[in-house]
Amino acid sequence: MDIPEKEFLAPGHRACAGCGATIGVRLALKMLGENTVAVSATGCLEIITTPYPETSWKIPWIHVAFENAGAVASGVERALKAQGKDDVTVVAFVGDGGTADIGLQSLSGAMERGHNLIYICYDNEAYMNTGVQRSGATPYGASTTTSPHGKESFGENKPKKNIPMIMAAHGVPYVATASISYPEDFMKKVQKAKEIEGPAYIHLHQPCTTGWGYDPSKTIELGRLAVETGSWLLYEIEEGEFKITYRPLERKPVNVYLEAQKRFKHLADEEKEKIQNYVDQVCAELKI
Amino acid sequence: MTSVGATVKEPGSSVKNKTGSWRTFKPILDKEKCIDCGNCILFCPEGCINKDYDIDYDYCKGCGICAEECPVEAIKMERE
Repeated sequence: MDIPEKEFLAPGHRACAGCGATIGVRLALKMLGENTVAVSATGCLEIITTPYPETSWKIPWIHVAFENAGAVASGVERALKAQGKDDVTVVAFVGDGGTADIGLQSLSGAMERGHNLIYICYDNEAYMNTGVQRSGATPYGASTTTSPHGKESFGENKPKKNIPMIMAAHGVPYVATASISYPEDFMKKVQKAKEIEGPAYIHLHQPCTTGWGYDPSKTIELGRLAVETGSWLLYEIEEGEFKITYRPLERKPVNVYLEAQKRFKHLADEEKEKIQNYVDQVCAELKI
Repeated sequence: MTSVGATVKEPGSSVKNKTGSWRTFKPILDKEKCIDCGNCILFCPEGCINKDYDIDYDYCKGCGICAEECPVEAIKMERE
């Protein structure tokens, strides 16, 4: 695969050492190129890339409130269209909190209206910017500051909300899941999303050293473990057709993924077994 | 004039902030060992390794992803 050399996210940003979000944005922007306008809701990406009066973005970028990235991206797309600028790509980079919880209504509206835009959710599975509070995308068993483990609780007691499938239910032309640890797979999906007319949604799994509790050097390794254990799946749905884009040769036990992170360290064998059973069930349905 | 909120007119101006000072461990690449796979370039959160595999220490925060993902162990992390 030919990977463009040019970078559109400048260094000097305030992301934690080993940040997965900036890796994802760098890779996506390489494929989207300079003729792109980006929109971000409040979140890690916003605070780390734009400490006023500086910005890391080398393309036009708009920060909006938590709720309305979908609406603003829609407006930008329509305004460009009205000006006859049909060759500009509109992309939204929004975290899992801004996608699964707070911005879900405006995202749903954008998908429903069929705007020609790309929405990339960078999913680190909690509100990391404000200090690791649970979001709808936090997985079962994870300890966060608002789903802490202790005598009364084993951590988050709800399964991860399946946003890519909720997007697919909107009947949009392209929905995909991806991981920063599989860059070619992710970048191919970004390329497809760019070429497709109409709304495209990509859900990007992205380990977070601060919130998940692991050494910063292991960010890519953790993302890989998520996929190799079947805890995160790589697929795409193109015009309604579902396709797995990567199958692990041999699925590893979920334990290797869980034990590598502080947020799951407290789990009893009983809870770990529940997680393994859930993963087995999902993978059996998809023949992974 | 209508206000449009805060505007930053200089693209990529965060380069003024040299994050290299955050570093505790420094990646040292042995170019003799390097097989030109591009892993470190792709996976660097700062995007501060160029196509010739020169690491920009002005911005490298020393996370160690490059050393971890190098398939031939050409990058060693050394204490500053």
